[in-house]
Amino acid sequence: MEVKPSETIVLLGPSGCGKTTLLKLINRLIEPDSGTIEINGKSNQSIKKYTLRRNIGYVIQDVGLLPHLSIEKNISLVSRIDSNSLSSDRLNELMELTGLSGDLLAKKPSQLSGGQQQRVGIARALANDPDLILMDEPFSALDNITRNELQDDFLNIPLLKDKTIVMVTHDVQEAFKLGDKIALLDQGIIQQFGTPAEILSNPSNDFVNSFLNKDRLILFLQNQLVDNRSAADFLGDASIKNDEKRSKLIKLLSNYQP
Amino acid sequence: MSFWEFLISHWDEVVDQTTQHLKLTLISMVIASSIGILIGVLITRIEKLASVTLGFVGIIQTIPSLALLGFLLPIVGIGTIPAIIALFLYALLPIVRNTYTGIKGIEPSIKEASIGMGMTNRQLLRYVELPLAFPVILAGIRTSTVINVGVATLCALIAAGGLGEFIFRGISLNNTQMILAGAIPASLLAIILDGTLGLVQRFYKSKALWAGLGGLLLFFLLFNMVGNNSKAEKLVAGFNSEFIERADGYVGLDSLYKLPLEIKEMEIALMYRALYEGNVDVIDGFSTDGRIKEFNLKSLEDDKGYFPPYHAIPLINGNTLRQYPELTGCFQKIKGLMNDSLMANLNYEVDGKKRELNKVANQFLKSINIYADLNAGTTDNPDIIIGSKAFTENFLLAHIFAQLIENKTKLKTKLQLGFGGTKLVFDALRFGEIDIYPEYTGTAYLVLLKKQPADVDDFNNPETVLYQITTDLKEAYDIEVLPPLGFNNTFALMMRKEHADSLRISTISELSDYLRRE
Repeated sequence: MEVKPSETIVLLGPSGCGKTTLLKLINRLIEPDSGTIEINGKSNQSIKKYTLRRNIGYVIQDVGLLPHLSIEKNISLVSRIDSNSLSSDRLNELMELTGLSGDLLAKKPSQLSGGQQQRVGIARALANDPDLILMDEPFSALDNITRNELQDDFLNIPLLKDKTIVMVTHDVQEAFKLGDKIALLDQGIIQQFGTPAEILSNPSNDFVNSFLNKDRLILFLQNQLVDNRSAADFLGDASIKNDEKRSKLIKLLSNYQP
Repeated sequence: MSFWEFLISHWDEVVDQTTQHLKLTLISMVIASSIGILIGVLITRIEKLASVTLGFVGIIQTIPSLALLGFLLPIVGIGTIPAIIALFLYALLPIVRNTYTGIKGIEPSIKEASIGMGMTNRQLLRYVELPLAFPVILAGIRTSTVINVGVATLCALIAAGGLGEFIFRGISLNNTQMILAGAIPASLLAIILDGTLGLVQRFYKSKALWAGLGGLLLFFLLFNMVGNNSKAEKLVAGFNSEFIERADGYVGLDSLYKLPLEIKEMEIALMYRALYEGNVDVIDGFSTDGRIKEFNLKSLEDDKGYFPPYHAIPLINGNTLRQYPELTGCFQKIKGLMNDSLMANLNYEVDGKKRELNKVANQFLKSINIYADLNAGTTDNPDIIIGSKAFTENFLLAHIFAQLIENKTKLKTKLQLGFGGTKLVFDALRFGEIDIYPEYTGTAYLVLLKKQPADVDDFNNPETVLYQITTDLKEAYDIEVLPPLGFNNTFALMMRKEHADSLRISTISELSDYLRRE
């Protein structure tokens, strides 16, 4: 599996499939039994653990902000542990980029909403300007509305566009919405690695097929593949035969889309 | 005398003891906090050690404090250092446990994010674990501190000073004001220290608070260092609390002989060993004590005849005697049969040869042709309960009483030994908790009846004193005095034999001359 610069890769799969393990192998929170991971052509085992992690952004589901420190200190901690400091310009820039107001800098994490906290989590990951960012279910703990907001912002933050991002999720729609490429995992093995369209149109085996089945139509709509394929193709011949029913269903599903 | 009058008249002592108490607590807490937190952090890193370590400090906590002090005695002797070690050990558990649980209780996501951003182990500790566990750790330190203020009162028993001096002296002298003069400042100290730590818990981010506390602590410690250094070389006396305050104890002795000794207060049970091991130079022993022989000690001659007679007498509750009049005849059998050297030998059998109390008691009775049951005094439904104070001779006498009574009468007895002072055992007798216990004429006269030597024509005449006691105890408390056993266990000042010989001291006057030499 190869990840190209500034690509966003989503690791997708049912729980226990090994997606988080794979993510943590990259910044060596978990050490491998065998196999290698190379970053810029260098094995990550050849880089000191702490150095490696300081050069990789890390965002997790529960954010993990230090409750006793202000937002400002939380973000700058990433530099501080490397004996650097962040200028206030840089701090304000990070806040702006992640859609946060500058007055929040003086607040404590507990005074922020869940969505704001995760924005801070992303700002923190960007603080050292790393080329690679790892995200472990970054939006899963948020309510639907906030999650969609953050997902949309995620696609639009220019700074993130240039970054290579590896993100874990179990949410199929999120994977297809955010990923340039998706790696679908099951039982510790990558079942298929490809662009969303490839995976949708060309599932490589039964697992991939059945995993996507439930969301097939929504994915199809979201990915606007309507041009080339009929809904029935994606739904298979099982459920919808009749044109009237089909259009109703498409309508219904279209409304579902936020 | 009211409590306030007592407090004012003893003000210097109150201040001294409180300072000493604070010192013991603070020093032990500083050490316990640093080492406790260190251990606590260590066992979060090496999980295998966690349960073993927590179990071990837990076990230390369950050792009764007095037992711990006794256990440390042969290793580190008496005084401030063993006291601090004991207090330190007691303080460990809450600090270690709270540090451990405090760090373990941190939300995993916070740790994961911190490690993921590239913190080293040490940075994790400094930026994440210690700050977040701080309130829990501090709560542990608070618990330990309050416990320690309490345990530190026991340190008076091993000559470490502190407010326990007043408390134990007060208990043995039946002096409530004195008990309060120790107990109230000790409680206040606990409340103040707890409150201070409470402030720290609330305002620990304020640098001014830390600076203030640090300064205060430093000042206090320095102040005490200076105080300690100024002490010149003197003979050190280890006296028990009762002796220090009693009219017939050190107070009167000092005014008659002039003895400028540096006094450490300690438990009777520890004095002899402390003298033997050179922790102190003079003690107030008992003339029949077996350890005089065991430790090769020398009793100084009371050349001015200061110490009053202390003839051993069984005291019995009036009700008990009316119910079982046969007891009078029973105790007639051993009337006057024990002399000083016999008693000292019996004591030595126990203290020196480590023989069991009931066997030694049995051996004595056998020597006067009473073949008693070794297991007397162990019934669960006793007619007679026999009490004693907490030292060998009193234990032995109680065993002798039990075996004698069960041999000569049909009554069943039970032993209830080791009351921690004259007041406690006498109150137990008065209120019928026990029926009988061995007492001494001098103690009965001065402590129980609260009379002065001058109140009777000839205080040094055993007959006069005995008569006075018998009538007064009967009248005031309905307590009867049974026939005296024959020996006189009076107070005596004692030194290590070779030490006394090298200083050419064999009488109290010579000790006084030596102490007042220029």
